[in-house]
Amino acid sequence: MRSGLVRDLAMSCLLLAVLLVLPALIPHPALRDFLIYFMAYGLLAMSLNLLVGLTGLVSFGHAAYFATGAYAFGLLMQSGKVSIPVAFMATIAGTAILALVIGAICVRLKEIYFAFITLAFQMFIHSIILTWVSLTGGDQGLRGGIPRPVFLGVDLNDGRVLYSFCVFVFIACVMIMRQVWQSPFGYTLRMIRDNPARANFLGVNVPRVKLGIFVIAGAIASVSGILLALFVSGAYPEFGFWTTSGEAIFMIMLGGTQLFLGPLVGALLLQLLNHFVTVYTEYHGLVLGSVILLIVLGLRQGVADYVMEWWQDRRARRADVRLVPDELPKQEPV
Amino acid sequence: MNLEALVDCVSSSSCAVTQISTALIVGMLLFMVTSGLSLIFGVLGVINFAHGAFYMMGAYFAFAAYQLTESFFVAFAAGAVGVGLLGIIFERLVMSRVYGRDVLMQLLVCYAIILILDDVVKIVFGAEYRMMGMPAAFALPPLEIAGGFIPAYYVFMIGASLAMGLALWLGINKTRLGKIVRALAINPQMVGALGVNTKLLYAGVFGVGSVLAGIAGALAAPMRTLTPGMGVSILIESFIVTVIGGMGSIAGALIAALLIGFTRAFGAIGFPLFVDGMMFAIMALVLIVKPSGLLGRETA
Repeated sequence: MRSGLVRDLAMSCLLLAVLLVLPALIPHPALRDFLIYFMAYGLLAMSLNLLVGLTGLVSFGHAAYFATGAYAFGLLMQSGKVSIPVAFMATIAGTAILALVIGAICVRLKEIYFAFITLAFQMFIHSIILTWVSLTGGDQGLRGGIPRPVFLGVDLNDGRVLYSFCVFVFIACVMIMRQVWQSPFGYTLRMIRDNPARANFLGVNVPRVKLGIFVIAGAIASVSGILLALFVSGAYPEFGFWTTSGEAIFMIMLGGTQLFLGPLVGALLLQLLNHFVTVYTEYHGLVLGSVILLIVLGLRQGVADYVMEWWQDRRARRADVRLVPDELPKQEPV
Repeated sequence: MNLEALVDCVSSSSCAVTQISTALIVGMLLFMVTSGLSLIFGVLGVINFAHGAFYMMGAYFAFAAYQLTESFFVAFAAGAVGVGLLGIIFERLVMSRVYGRDVLMQLLVCYAIILILDDVVKIVFGAEYRMMGMPAAFALPPLEIAGGFIPAYYVFMIGASLAMGLALWLGINKTRLGKIVRALAINPQMVGALGVNTKLLYAGVFGVGSVLAGIAGALAAPMRTLTPGMGVSILIESFIVTVIGGMGSIAGALIAALLIGFTRAFGAIGFPLFVDGMMFAIMALVLIVKPSGLLGRETA
């Protein structure tokens, strides 16, 4: 077993324990709700960062898979024919196929073209949701609630059980993404980001590898959609609107793209911001927009990246002062 | 799906004329927005994701000016000049700081601007739908061609946008300033070394691109309902037009915009639920067959 894997497992057990214990320490229902939102949007942001930070593919249409996950899962459960695990797996598989089809067209394009063709496909899915009223409920959203039948003795109608279920799914997805991040496949993605021509010379089938990560990211985004649909017991067209993708990109930027857990920091900050801004004003776009401008023009990078660089700088300077070059900090991000 | 109705419409001249005029105004509106987008991208190398928001501001500026003065020509000027100034301010204060940075940062500042402008419109004009109404200057009897009726305003709108397109093409291809702008797109350092104020020129090009969006908004204001967030759908459509026509090609933008206009106008009769799907299908087809677009030169 690789030592990295042991450390990752230890880290995820720690995170699991913290997330499970936190609501018990502060028994306020609002905290649990907040954390479920945080986990759902955190997964969305982390899966998007597999494309943006790891592969250098700026997708502006990632919420398409988020919405597809929420709607597909909701519709499957409302049909009453399948259990939660079956609907769960079927939704992920279905979204992965959708991502495969869309991705096959998108990965042929570079940078800005890629950004807006993904956006176009997302708006296409959004318009399907709005026009296919008999299936999706149109702009009212998927109503009537999503039933949560008991499976394997697990009853998700109990708020605490639902919360624990979300935590376990969340940690499982984070672990999967961590494996992708650290695998040879992940390093191939970094190479494509930094120098696609060279990757091509070395025999990497660049479009196919990009398509692979596009499908993985789409599948994980669908899991985040499922979590949110389970929690709010419905699905709404806003899930697939372009602002959701914009927020996901903002979370990544807020947290920073180069750290594995950076997007989670961003998700936490944005959820806090949304939570407090909506209390004070209905014009939360105005506030959010101003904050984005301040951060982009002021810090010029993600908050977590900024803090990390500042930290490394400081340690490097201290090491310089002590004139012990052997003790230079490890540059490897956590 | 109602293909019979479509066949009926195409074979009856009155219905065909009406739908062709609709196709033309949809197409010309898209062409104006897209040509501004394309101009900015061609010279500055950035995609102005806030372009749709500028179109919205053009419509609202025109609406406000029309409320005050009752004159369509003042409204038109307000849309064009107001958005032009907005564009220059945006370029100087915000966009110029993210040139050459990764796409993510450009995307984010534009996203921020869209959020801010949408909310500003909501605060100033309210969140509900607004109608400007047809200006008195165009209260003329509609034109009759082969049994079909075309409102006078449509004729004006199509003529005005064609004139704009022609002026833009002449300006870029036939004037000295246009030559400098084309040089700027290829080698800004060299243009700067030859004594041209490139910063001013960048701001100017961004301003002209924004003016085009503002004019499109002002021209659309009498025909469309105004709502905060109206910029997003036209932005998406103009992306589709850019992809189909080829980035940086004004002629390509015109052809693609008309293609989308006809798809919309006739699709609304033949297959109303699949109009959006049809547009995306055309785009996907172009991307697979010729990724650089119909008239695009460089490969995408």
